[in-house]
Amino acid sequence: MTELVRPEVRQMTGSSALPRDNGELVFDAPWQGRVLAMALAVVEDRGLVWDDFRRRLIAAIAADPDRPYYESWTTALTDLVVEAGVVTRDDLDARAG
Amino acid sequence: MSDDHGHNPRPLSDVERRARALEELLTEKGIVSGEFIDRVVEAFARDIGPMNGAKVVARAWVDPGYRQRLLADGSAAVAELGFGGPEGDHIVAVENTPEVHNVVVCTLCSCYPWPVLGLPPTWYKSPPYRSRMVREPRALLAEMGCEVPEDVEIRVWDSSAEVRYLVLPERPAATDGVGEAELAALVSRDAMIGVARP
Repeated sequence: MTELVRPEVRQMTGSSALPRDNGELVFDAPWQGRVLAMALAVVEDRGLVWDDFRRRLIAAIAADPDRPYYESWTTALTDLVVEAGVVTRDDLDARAG
Repeated sequence: MSDDHGHNPRPLSDVERRARALEELLTEKGIVSGEFIDRVVEAFARDIGPMNGAKVVARAWVDPGYRQRLLADGSAAVAELGFGGPEGDHIVAVENTPEVHNVVVCTLCSCYPWPVLGLPPTWYKSPPYRSRMVREPRALLAEMGCEVPEDVEIRVWDSSAEVRYLVLPERPAATDGVGEAELAALVSRDAMIGVARP
């Protein structure tokens, strides 16, 4: 990956826009930054485009608009990796305990 | 992340457990690494956003040579501090003085110097801002809480894909001897767009 901070990620708008305060990204806890990075890595590794993730993020937010942003992000990332055949939901459930 | 079982001071929330499970499995598959994640988080958290612009402004306030270079070639001066990237080309800094107040707009869309100012605020992209800042900048600035005295000329700069403007605000009074980092903390995003004074 040549560019870590990809424009299509930081320029998302609407419900999928990254939470910011005065332009700066807001992470309330370290895991939020980590799930952000994981989505980038999966898209890159699987040869997908960012929109493949973004569509799932928008759907996850729409499904539960009151849910915190990075929880929806985690749901979208789970959908992405399961649908891409990277891991199974059973694996994840077992690991998450 | 995988070796902190039992070492957490509090129980993990459900979403934290799921995030950790994802990271463990993706790491085992060779798709992510802790090192990659750290680099991305750091890049997102620190390398973009208005802090970069604030550092540029603070440097220009304390270093007259840098100020001259910034006004002569904004992109090169910004790159001197390590900032840049695709949307950082063609940055032009415009300097506020006691006689001139600069403000930036993009009348066509939302061109904006991302590498120094991060994401544009929502209002920057709104049609009323884009049209009124050209037609009646003094009135709109006053509505936004930025009163510009009648005897100060307002210059409105229209950003485009070719030229992205950054306002160099006036250094606040009574900041002699204040350090560069402290000065940077005084510089707001809005001041660098020109809709506020620091």
